[in-house]
Amino acid sequence: MSFEEFLQQLINGVSIGSIYALAALGYTMVYGIIKLINFAHGDILMVGAYVGYACIVVLHMPFLLAMVVAVAVCGLLGVAIEKVAYRPLRHAPRITVLITAIGVSFLLEYVMMALVGAESKAYPDGSFGNGQLSVAGLSINTQQLYVVAVTIIMMIALQYIIKRTKIGKAMRAVSSDADAAQLMGISVDKTISFTFLLGSALAAVAGVMMGAMYTINPLMGMQPGLKAFIAAVFGGIGSIPGAMLGGILLGLIETLVTAVGFSAYKDLAAFVILILVLLIRPCGILGKNVREKV
Amino acid sequence: MDTKKKNSKRPGFDTPVEKPAKKLAPWQSGLIGLGIVAGVYLILRILISTGVIGAYYQGILHGIFIDIIAALGLNLITGITGQFSLGHAGFMAIGAYTSAYVVLHTSGSMVSILGGILLGAVLAGVLGLLVGIPTLRLKGDYLAIATLGLGEIIRIFIQNTDQQVLGGSAGLTGYGVYAAATSPAGFELVFFGAVITFVVIRNMVKSSHGRACIAVREDEIASESMGVNLTKVKISAFVVGTFFAGLAGGLYTGYTGIIQPKSFDFMQSIEFLMIVVLGGLGNIWGTLIAAAALGVLNMFLQSFAEIRMIIYALLLVIIMLIKAGETPFFVKLRGLFKWSKWNLPFVHRKTEVE
Repeated sequence: MSFEEFLQQLINGVSIGSIYALAALGYTMVYGIIKLINFAHGDILMVGAYVGYACIVVLHMPFLLAMVVAVAVCGLLGVAIEKVAYRPLRHAPRITVLITAIGVSFLLEYVMMALVGAESKAYPDGSFGNGQLSVAGLSINTQQLYVVAVTIIMMIALQYIIKRTKIGKAMRAVSSDADAAQLMGISVDKTISFTFLLGSALAAVAGVMMGAMYTINPLMGMQPGLKAFIAAVFGGIGSIPGAMLGGILLGLIETLVTAVGFSAYKDLAAFVILILVLLIRPCGILGKNVREKV
Repeated sequence: MDTKKKNSKRPGFDTPVEKPAKKLAPWQSGLIGLGIVAGVYLILRILISTGVIGAYYQGILHGIFIDIIAALGLNLITGITGQFSLGHAGFMAIGAYTSAYVVLHTSGSMVSILGGILLGAVLAGVLGLLVGIPTLRLKGDYLAIATLGLGEIIRIFIQNTDQQVLGGSAGLTGYGVYAAATSPAGFELVFFGAVITFVVIRNMVKSSHGRACIAVREDEIASESMGVNLTKVKISAFVVGTFFAGLAGGLYTGYTGIIQPKSFDFMQSIEFLMIVVLGGLGNIWGTLIAAAALGVLNMFLQSFAEIRMIIYALLLVIIMLIKAGETPFFVKLRGLFKWSKWNLPFVHRKTEVE
């Protein structure tokens, strides 16, 4: 592998990793606040991709507007799912909520399949920029550039919301101790709803971009959903910089495994990383080690 | 003042002491069980031989028995011991491919078939032991994701093997159907496979080991302080559960006549989870009923795969919401039907506190 090829793969890895990172943020925020692996998160990404597709193909909207609509729809969907399926189970054992989340995930996938059919669809050509840039002997797809740019903007916005706004403060408070936050007058329900809104909105952004780069089908959310979860665990679940780092590292590792010639084992790499991380350092790269209290 | 009069003022004291129900000796209940098994076997065998149950329905029956075997194994791991596993289909794949390989490379006689199935189950159990030792240290949702990952690793690995050895993604075939409706002893294989599984799991649950499993599910820290060896209990449950997943895999091989990696994906694990949840986590009789109910449901919905999955998904969510019983709609519904008195198998409503 020449140095140019290596750089090329690096760019590919960062762009797919950015998508994982965007989706991983949703997992990590939800896990941080209610300790739930939201299995339906990947499917919200899928819904986002379909809403974006419908806006562009049927309503002839420009790409950015389609993304905004997808963000709005998915944000509301995320809040609705939390309200109907997860909120009544907030004090139930975790296994109960996890099974519910799996149920919601399948519900979204197969309702969508019943609505639009199982076949793959592609966004119209050029809807998300499809030029090639040549920089120092490297050919960079403008899509990849956009993906990275959008991801960086989203992450800065998210950092701002969480660190500088009142609702962000409430999110951090509920995440560290829900009961104490409640006593301080924070509405835990509203804060959790907002977390789902934020996470689902980010998933929609990732979904629309993924849809434009690849093809869309009702089961498309499964693999990136799992990968994003692995990225979240890798970076340290509950930690927002961890999710970004985990996503990008996972993207890089996957493209490197493919580049070395093991493309059939690309998906294997992610799961092997997951199990190694869980065994060696369950709290992830940037996570805090929390001891169990009796 | 005599004690009777004094106690009559205090509620609960004047009720007569109930005589303990007569407990059957082990040999008595064993004999009854044997009788039931023999009776069910004879009835089904006669119905099949006389053609009342045709080949199509017999095939569905076989599918149900195979599901029962795998789901009982999962119930031991997830329902009784409380260790959430999402990789059950992966272990089933180990059993399926082992038995197919053995039958394909030996004479294909009954001995080699039984040997292949047994070897497949043992290998699945051994793999369960090897991966259980490190992964069962994880708890709850982490374990779920790790086992999901394991199941996927097994599947992807088989998919990428040499075409000549395990058939790659196209699948493995040509070993003959030995557990289908058309095979001579197919019914006996799946029926007695299911009976053995049920008896082993039931006896395990009733033993002190089973009580230890339940204790671990209810509270790990409390059971550990009562002297339960957490690692040993979890791993042994996992090994037994994966052994039966392998057994189900070996029978599945002979049932379909072709095995492909994609038959053992995450969705298959969810199907087993669905049976266990529908039957009530930890309820082994419920698993039998749920497997039969879902088998019949699948028969009717065979050509509507999407609707089937939508119903599955809705059932998963609704059962969990009913179980937790905090959704206003379901609280009302429960009041309306008062089903707490019915003691339905699928409404496992033990109050669980985390």
